[in-house]
Amino acid sequence: MSVYGKPSSLSYRLFPVLLVVPAVSLVIFLVIFPLIWALGLSFYSYNALRGEPPLFTGVTNYVRLLNSVEVWKRFVTTSQFVALSVAIEFLIGFGLAHLFYARFRGRRLAVTLVTTPLLIAPVAVGIFHRYLFDATFGVYTYFANLLVGEQVRFLTSYPMLAIVWMDVWQWSPFMMLFILAGLEAIPKHLMESSQIDRLSALNKFRYVVWPTIKPLVALALLFRTMDAFRTFDTIFTLTGGGPGTATEVLSIHIYRVAFQFYRTGEATALAFIFLVIIILLTNVYLRLARRE
Amino acid sequence: MTSNNRGRRRPKRLLKSLAIYSATTVAVVFFMFPIFWLIATAFKTRAQAFSTPPLFVWEPTFRNFIDIFLKRQTEIEAITGQEIELATGAELFFYNSFIVTLSSILIATFIGTLAAYSFSRYRPLGTNTMMFFILSTRMLPAIVVAIPIYFFYRAVGLYNTYPGLIMLYVMFNLPFAVWMMKSFFDEIPRDIEQAALVDGSTPWRVFYKVAIPQVYVGLGATIGFLTINIWNEFLFALLLTERSTRTIPVMIAGTRGEVGINWGLIAAIETLYVLPALVLIFILQRYLLRGMTFGTVRGAK
Repeated sequence: MSVYGKPSSLSYRLFPVLLVVPAVSLVIFLVIFPLIWALGLSFYSYNALRGEPPLFTGVTNYVRLLNSVEVWKRFVTTSQFVALSVAIEFLIGFGLAHLFYARFRGRRLAVTLVTTPLLIAPVAVGIFHRYLFDATFGVYTYFANLLVGEQVRFLTSYPMLAIVWMDVWQWSPFMMLFILAGLEAIPKHLMESSQIDRLSALNKFRYVVWPTIKPLVALALLFRTMDAFRTFDTIFTLTGGGPGTATEVLSIHIYRVAFQFYRTGEATALAFIFLVIIILLTNVYLRLARRE
Repeated sequence: MTSNNRGRRRPKRLLKSLAIYSATTVAVVFFMFPIFWLIATAFKTRAQAFSTPPLFVWEPTFRNFIDIFLKRQTEIEAITGQEIELATGAELFFYNSFIVTLSSILIATFIGTLAAYSFSRYRPLGTNTMMFFILSTRMLPAIVVAIPIYFFYRAVGLYNTYPGLIMLYVMFNLPFAVWMMKSFFDEIPRDIEQAALVDGSTPWRVFYKVAIPQVYVGLGATIGFLTINIWNEFLFALLLTERSTRTIPVMIAGTRGEVGINWGLIAAIETLYVLPALVLIFILQRYLLRGMTFGTVRGAK
């Protein structure tokens, strides 16, 4: 069969399919296949370290996890982290977007510099924030000392503050990009006529700005919430979930259960609960975004 | 507008731009400071990095950058075992990261562009379903797939190999390549391609002679984002590699928990590690929003 040589009607019809085959088959091979395997395993009691054959236990893993106080605590920790980070990032992003909506000299360079954290490797961010927050040599600790007059041990006394701060530092520019795009999509004539009609700042925001940026704000919140929910690299390298379990978010908890305690069956079950939450979140947000 | 009026407005406008510039300065300082401090620390000796209060003025040293690669030859004072491992392994880890990133980018871009072109131009049956399915893999938490993949790789012998890691990276970045490239293909007019088809070109020739040259810029942007994604990936590299295939992020993360670690040396390694990102941010700025949303949000210019 030659797509390249003599054109035949068959090769013309097959061409688009041939282009898609490698991509789709790879995705199926490396996503669907492992997911089905994992779903199966989540109904077994299996410890990879012991090497005993998996024992079928039905929904025991799920029942135990959903009734576990510890798992509930991990959910609370994760939700705290997500809610705090996303809320602060939204506020900072909103402010920055309005700042950069104004035209001024050096604006482009400023936007580039502010968005730099977005591309920095999470691992580098996490490890380096360890140094910034270090109780003796950390420069943030030093600044805090200048402010409040005592040596604040961020990583031991306020670990949640530290991970939220780090996330806010890296991801606020992301919110800013979305909202800025929304602001710049507002038709010029609307802004002008609102000026002529002398709309108050509040009404201008309510009737001119908000309707345009609303879908983008919803999308930004969607992306950020789900990404914050899955955060692993930065927290893993900054606090490792500690001290104790103070910052042990869900993804780190699953990692620990799976690769430190090797309770594989339980870990896969938890991973699936996690997956369902993510899917639900996606749907809720998509519906919100579509309604606009 | 009368001149009187304008005269009264000038101080107000001056005040406004003063406010804008001071707010911008605060923002830039907030977001650039950790990066500045990282690079600054890379030029500090061990003693300078451990000074309290932190040094804001110091005599810079290039020693760390030399030590990363040539520590064996240099005279060294008290060092911990961890540092020897770091110093003697760095070039291997950089090499591994480089190989894995480059191969994954090439394959993902190639396969992704093919699919994107088909989805954009021919819309084969089930395009919407497939596009949505491909996108949904992005929402997948890596840890969920990591567990089965880990045991699967161990069983099949892909654990601790380049092809294993490369295959995973290709898979995880395909959605990005497909969506991003589709958004670029959607933007170019079809007329030229249709004319070429009518003139008797084969679809394959039309694809690489007519369509591809029109999306060179988009192809570049896609490759830029893929570079960042793959270069920065950590979890799979952590789980699926041992020393011989370990990439830089795993090595950097390995320094966590070391007491008395030489921060100057770590900072130097990290500086080299984040260098591509620092360069690419300037090149990719125009496409940043599009890149971060899989081409679904185009954003302003």
